[in-house]
Formats: sequence, structure tokens, C-alpha cells
Amino acid sequence: MDIKAKLFDEEGFNRTLTRLAHEILERNKGSKNLVLVGMRTRGEFIGSRIFQKIKEIDKSEPDFGVLDVTLYRDDFRTRLKQPEIGVTNITFDINDKHVILIDDVLYTGRTVRAALDALMDLGRPTTIQLCVMVDRGHRELPIKADFVGKNIPTSINEEVRVRIKETDGEDAIYLVNAPSKN
Amino acid sequence: MSLSNRHLLGLSGVPKEDLQLILDTARTFREVLERPIKKVPTLQGKTVVNLFYEDSTRTRISFELAQKRLSADTINFSTSTSSVKKGETFKDTVRNIEAMKVDMIVVRHKSAGVPQYLTKISKANIINAGDGLHEHPTQGLLDMYSINERLGRLEGLKVCIVGDVAHSRVALSNIYGLKTMGAQVSVCGPSTMIPFGIEALGIKVYHKIEEALKENDVLNVIRIQLERDAGRRIPSLREYHNYFGVTTERIEKFNKDIVILHPGPINRGVELSSEVADGPYQVILDQVTNGVAVRMAVLYLLGTMHS
Repeated sequence: MDIKAKLFDEEGFNRTLTRLAHEILERNKGSKNLVLVGMRTRGEFIGSRIFQKIKEIDKSEPDFGVLDVTLYRDDFRTRLKQPEIGVTNITFDINDKHVILIDDVLYTGRTVRAALDALMDLGRPTTIQLCVMVDRGHRELPIKADFVGKNIPTSINEEVRVRIKETDGEDAIYLVNAPSKN
Repeated sequence: MSLSNRHLLGLSGVPKEDLQLILDTARTFREVLERPIKKVPTLQGKTVVNLFYEDSTRTRISFELAQKRLSADTINFSTSTSSVKKGETFKDTVRNIEAMKVDMIVVRHKSAGVPQYLTKISKANIINAGDGLHEHPTQGLLDMYSINERLGRLEGLKVCIVGDVAHSRVALSNIYGLKTMGAQVSVCGPSTMIPFGIEALGIKVYHKIEEALKENDVLNVIRIQLERDAGRRIPSLREYHNYFGVTTERIEKFNKDIVILHPGPINRGVELSSEVADGPYQVILDQVTNGVAVRMAVLYLLGTMHS
């Protein structure tokens, strides 16, 4: 990993999660009719952290599920490697709910497009709101986040790596040089 | 992760990682089947032909549903309503279908080896849906999926295949697949229905259903196939039932933990008593549901593979 900058350390990471949880509760006037959906794989863990925060702050337990969007991707024909698919685990009804869709990094917007289609196949939510840890720009579709941990202008040759305790052993976000593709 | 072969012709020689990948992927599709909208856009724009040269209800419907739920375009071909009646050769039929630009062919044929032959005359991905007495790989896979779903593992399990093993492609695919996954496979039936020399493959042979019940975790009971001349290998269906039929009395006496599979269609009162066919020990309709998920997994893994 060719690190250019450390954008978040563990404390900053945690503070931002707390702020995001407050913002979500503020905008939705509490957690009534609220459901949280994390996108595999890192959005799942960030989602479960925000779920914990909301539980502490609001003393309520919104439904929390995990969405795998692989089957809805638009790049099956162009990718060199077949993507691994995981299982969607949303056991609650999303009809007439406010769905908070949670991911780690917002980039081209294509994953979010896939997630929107996947959610629509599960029901008809009242609203879908997007919450991301990092928005790094370079959108290819007209998609915008409602809750953003941090806006980080990046160049195409950079990558944002979100590392979390559950899978990577630490809570941190780095800006790195993209590995060359030759 | 992707499969190591772009066709699925049989389970013989398929590495464990590939079988595991198909079974894991099927779990994802099993979840899709529980949704209000049981459809995903994954194979949009792909065309699949179901080339059925032999009658089938379950397998053809199951494949067709799997294709539709992945949003592929499907064409069904059966010999009774086609130019095969006018004397067109198999090769000409396939060449013509391929000229219409299809991506995958699902084939069933009464002769063993037809899917293999298809790989030589067509560029499409070929999936074997049963060829003669050779293999029926998706049935083998859905049987393994169903066993794993009920018992949580395949490794180390004892699975006995009961019936006309010598004339069953389901039996052969089960034997290959289960052995690769580390299960202990045995067979049970009258000696006219057990292939000569099968012990050499490390497969135990039972001639008494009571012993097979007692010593195994799973019985995969296959159908007595009268259309394949099974009548010549047993004195009568009634006698077969008396000696080899799986009945509630036998289960309760010898092994109440047994899991019974059957690929359908069932001959009630022959290989299974009606009570067993509808009872608590069987997973027959789960097998049918899982069949769609497993076929979706195979279609997905082959259809999105890069050559």
C-alpha cells in the first residue's frame, strides 16, 4: 500500500460515525420507520457501527440488514475477474420505510445505482437516503449522498482505502496511490 | 473466483473448489427465491436454448425458471414439435440454432456423450441436463445442496444410493460429486441393479435395505425406471417394494434420524411408500426448490465467465 495521507485515525473515525448517527436521527426526526442497510462488504461493518450509535443515542433499535449488489452490477461483461457474490440478508419489510443505505466510499455512483435497483426489487420504501464515510468525487451518474463523513477531492490515480477493525485490524482511512495496472 | 471449465458436462473430475463455489453461489440465489420479486437482471441480453431430446417436466421447468429469474432470454426446443421429425440431423439442428447467436445450450439427450459432442460443434457454454445413462450433474448438485442444507455438512457423511444404480445417471453424478466433497458413498439394491465391480471405487454395496438404513445418514432413493426396462431386472414391482421399499415401519425400526431424498417422479408404493413420500423424513420438495437455485448458480457462473 503506497500511502499518501492518513485521512482518519481511530478517534476521528469514531467521532465521524457519531456525527453521522446524529445527523440521520435529526433529519428523520428519530428512528421511527427507519431501517439501515449496509452494502457488502465494508458498508456492512460501517452500517453496524452506525446501528450501535443509534441504539446508544436514541435508545431504539431500527432494523438493520445487509445488501449484496453483485447480481445488479453493470460491469459483468467488462471485468476481467468474475466477482464473488454474497448473500443479501434483509429479513424485514422495507415498504413505506425510510431506508438509510450505507457504504464506505462514494466514487462513480455505479454501485449505488445497482443498490437502488436491488432495493426496489425488495419493496417500495418511502425514501432511500445515502450515507457514506468518504465522498471522493468523480461521479459517472447523477447520484449524491445525503450524509457524508468527509469530502475528499481525489485524482483518478489515487484510491481511498477504508480499513476497519472487523476485517483489517484497525479503524482508519488512507489516501493511497493506485497500484499500476500493467 | 470462477469455475475452471466453461461447460458443465458432468461431476466426474470437477475439482472440489468448483463444486463448493457452485453450492455457495446457490445459497445467494436461494435467498433471491424468497423475495417478493424473484428476479435479478444478471444475465440480461444472454440467450439460452433448452435443447430437450428426451421428455422432462421438472428439469426443463426448473432450468427455464432459473433462466427467467436471471433475466436471460430462453428458447425451448423439444423434438416432438421440431424439424427433427422431418429428418434433420442433430448436428444440422445445432448449427442452425447457433447461427441465431445463442450464448448457452442446456441439453438433454437419450445418448450418453451428446453434451461432450456439442462442445466440439458449438461455441456456446454447454450444460448437461441428463445424457443417457451417463450423468445428470445439476441433479447431483441439488442433491448435495439439499443434504448440506438439512445436515450442515457433506464431509464425512454416509450417503447410500438406493435403486437401479446401474442404469441411473442421477446415481453416477451423486457418486462423483459426493465422493469429491468427502462423503462416504454406498449403494443398495438387488444385484441385477448394482454395476459389476463398483466396490473397486471404494463404494460399499448393500443388498438389504435394513442395513443401508441402519448404517447411513442419508438415503438417496432413485426411481425404478420402467421406461429403461427395469422390469427385466426385478421379478415384480411388488416384490421390489417388499424387499427394498422405504417404509415408515422400516425407518422407525432402524433409523429415525435418516434423511430421505428422491429425484422424482416418485413411484408411490414402489421405492417409497406413500407415507414416507409425504412424511417428515424426506426433503423431496426442498430438492425441487433448491434445484432452481442450483441451476441459477450454474447459469450465472458459466454465463458471466470470461473466456
